[in-house]
Amino acid sequence: MSTTHHHSLRKRLADLRGPGTAPRPLDARALAALAANPGCRRRALMDAAGVDKGAVAEVLGAPARFGQSRFAFSRGHAFEARVKRDGCAELLRLLGAADPGVPAEVPDLAAPGPEGRAARTRLALAEAPAGSWTLLDHPLLALEVAGSLAYLEPDAVAVAPDGRWTVVEIKSFPILDGGADAQKVGAAARQAAVYVLALDAVEPGRARPDVLLVCPRDFSNLPTAEWVDVRKQLAVTGRQLTRLTRIEDIAATLPEGTTFDLRYAADGSTPTRSRIELSQAVDAVPAAYAPECLSTCELAFHCRDRSRADGCVESLGRGLRGELGTLTTVDAVLSAAHGEAGDPADPAVAALRRAAALRAEALAAPVPGAGVPAQQAGEGAGERAGDAACR
Amino acid sequence: MSLMNTLARAEAVAAGRAVPAATVRHRHLAERPLVLVPLTTAGEAGAPLGAMVGTDRDAPVLLVVPQPLDRELRFGFFAGLAAAVLPLMAAYEDDVEVEPATRNREESEVCADAPQIVVPNSAALEYVRLLGRSTRFLRTVEDPDAPHPVPVPVPLLGRWLTHYGERARTPGSALLVAMTELLTRHWATGQSSMEDQHLGALLGWIDPPPGLDGAVAAERAQTDRAPDGLLLSPPAGPATDPLFDNRVLAPAMARYDAARTDGADAAEVAAAEADVRRLVGSQLRPTWDDVWHGLDLLRALPEGARVADRWKRDRWSFTGHRDRLRAGEPPQPKRDGAVAAAQKLAGRETAQARVSAQEALDDPLTMAVRRLAGEAFAGEVTGVEMTYSEGRRPMPRPLLTVRTPDLPQAEPGTKAYRAVPGAKSAQSAEIVSVAPEVRSDGTPYDGGPAAHLVVVRLTGGMGSGRVPKEGSVPEAGARVDFTLFEHDPRGGPGLPEPEQTPWTHGGPPDAGVPPGTPPPADAPDPVTAEDYL
Ligand code: SF4
Repeated sequence: MSTTHHHSLRKRLADLRGPGTAPRPLDARALAALAANPGCRRRALMDAAGVDKGAVAEVLGAPARFGQSRFAFSRGHAFEARVKRDGCAELLRLLGAADPGVPAEVPDLAAPGPEGRAARTRLALAEAPAGSWTLLDHPLLALEVAGSLAYLEPDAVAVAPDGRWTVVEIKSFPILDGGADAQKVGAAARQAAVYVLALDAVEPGRARPDVLLVCPRDFSNLPTAEWVDVRKQLAVTGRQLTRLTRIEDIAATLPEGTTFDLRYAADGSTPTRSRIELSQAVDAVPAAYAPECLSTCELAFHCRDRSRADGCVESLGRGLRGELGTLTTVDAVLSAAHGEAGDPADPAVAALRRAAALRAEALAAPVPGAGVPAQQAGEGAGERAGDAACR
Repeated sequence: MSLMNTLARAEAVAAGRAVPAATVRHRHLAERPLVLVPLTTAGEAGAPLGAMVGTDRDAPVLLVVPQPLDRELRFGFFAGLAAAVLPLMAAYEDDVEVEPATRNREESEVCADAPQIVVPNSAALEYVRLLGRSTRFLRTVEDPDAPHPVPVPVPLLGRWLTHYGERARTPGSALLVAMTELLTRHWATGQSSMEDQHLGALLGWIDPPPGLDGAVAAERAQTDRAPDGLLLSPPAGPATDPLFDNRVLAPAMARYDAARTDGADAAEVAAAEADVRRLVGSQLRPTWDDVWHGLDLLRALPEGARVADRWKRDRWSFTGHRDRLRAGEPPQPKRDGAVAAAQKLAGRETAQARVSAQEALDDPLTMAVRRLAGEAFAGEVTGVEMTYSEGRRPMPRPLLTVRTPDLPQAEPGTKAYRAVPGAKSAQSAEIVSVAPEVRSDGTPYDGGPAAHLVVVRLTGGMGSGRVPKEGSVPEAGARVDFTLFEHDPRGGPGLPEPEQTPWTHGGPPDAGVPPGTPPPADAPDPVTAEDYL
């Protein structure tokens, strides 16, 4: 990619974000979420442009329910400090160092700006002496995603005496009696896989595909660790990230002058952009809403409103499309089920008709053994739009 | 998600409110359940923030830990919870029924009823397990070497909560139930199953306030905030709203801490504590009311005919644990041994098969799901042909032809079971053939058949004579229901399962251990200066 090319994309992204607005850095969690919904161009573009989606959601009148509790935050920090104190002696032990008493090299990675820090990190990785441990505390790794650069900050990367790199993730959820919350471990694994991808971009194959997950043991503050094999997450995330449409291609489809600028007032914190205008800009980029967005994306309530207004079946669950074939809207599903539309030779239509007939029969039937009439199904139809917007 | 459920959700969208997913109530509901709404401190695994608990919806007991990192205050919370839960357990322990001896078992007693615990959602149910785990190994004031002793009843609370938490893994059990699971079993909303995990939103769909559409009511519950920024319908826990933590709880706790360290003005400390109590209570109360609202809705449904059978198994489970406590067994191990784990798994598989069968038999809407899946069929008998088995004593083996709109997924020879009204057990049968209905000239109907003709051979339930018992063979024109799954996958009702048999009663068997040897006990969790225990 030529520098001018890069330059023009950067300019375009800055325009989308709004002049004078600092970009929000993409972190591994955001990338993992992006990879989980690679079909969503809206998120891909806004993330690449460093748009503060949370602030956009506020202006749209559909603020997300995210946020971190101070309690969790301070607990996380205290635990990480506990793991890294005394020159990371505890961490060395958990990594399996032969003699944790021998202190590891902990190079200073401080530098101005992300480019500087990423350069320091690359240098430290290259210069780590063979035959001893080097620990990079909060290194910064660069990863190109869909033609735009993201900076990622793992909790630590260890360089073992044999030269292999290990991603270390420090989490404050406990490993209780040898097991941990599968969902949280899964999220940590997806996040760690992004770091491994970023290390592979520095030098392919040097990073271990299993990462060290450090957590408090049971109900204590004592660190314990498990090796987590992230090969599967690596494969999935890697594939999904390459599937992302190139950011410049998405940007190219937008009307001239489209921007997510919130036009902050002179105080720097009061947005003055009109809700309608902003909503038009956001809706100009195609989305791919599914209920999972509610836990991963700040724009979820806005996108949900749109998805529901369009009557998309996906708003009822991501997995539904498979069994419904070409029926993409709630209306289409219901009219097919009730015999008003749809080709009976279509297996999805035929199955829905069977289901509707069975359901109606069951709701009309007396309850066995109870002698009480069944509950009645709700009646009445809401106002629903056509299926143009549902993929 | 089944296609039937998808259809129901689509109907709910159109109707603007939830639609039935069941025609009867599939879970036992106690007359006076114990409702428990726990809250945890963000980021701290073993540090509860508070709870609302009790059997009286108008008078909940509010337990609050004004500083969750303080060990003594946490222990006070556990003691408070024990005081709310244990008397209830005790009240049910001595009211017993005698279960007559059977071929495999001596006469035994089973508690006539058992306490039921209802929590708001699955995360709260998981939290009950965590509370059980964190308290059952604690050392009490009776232990002279305990560095941080807890009040005597706390480990007992842990053992009961652990038992309830484990029992909840058995499909169809009802000792400990989550309201979101109960409601989603009985209603389908116009939102995704993920969104159904939010109790307030779920209730918004099922019973929206007058004048509101389900979607709007649900959205209000999810997002509406008071002028102070706090959610009107706080999360049902155990996690709190981060905004609540950051904006109001953290400052109130800081004031409490300051009052305590400043030294000694008791009134100031009390005022600061009351403040935290009020705040935590304000987050708990809406959920508490929601759980009771859910109970009201569920009570309006007639109970399924086989619910009492499953509740009896729950009573056995309760009785079994009572016996283990009385026999002086140590707390449940931190991890199950291989034998115990395998037994539990097998028991749960049987329970799953049982509850699936029972729910279908109790509820036409659930049966409809099985029929759609080809696991059952219903229709009209169009022909009966009498045949007999071969052998010295030929037995009746009538062949029925059933015309059904269903398409059973069955090879010839597959076992089938007929639900006979009023009979104790199902009538056994065997599929002979399944064929699409054709025109009288033998050509297929255009656009596919409207029905299938299933030939089944009845193989039992006709008495032991050469002539079938009166009424045991349906006549032409009769409506029949067949399932391809067993109606009572294992054993009759009223037998305790192996996992519930205390070792003093000969089980659960552990290989190589002489009878009567108590299993080795887990050590208490080690106490360190940094421990939160
Ligand atoms: S919430 Fe909207 S923008 Fe975010 S990932 Fe989902 S569809 Fe895309």
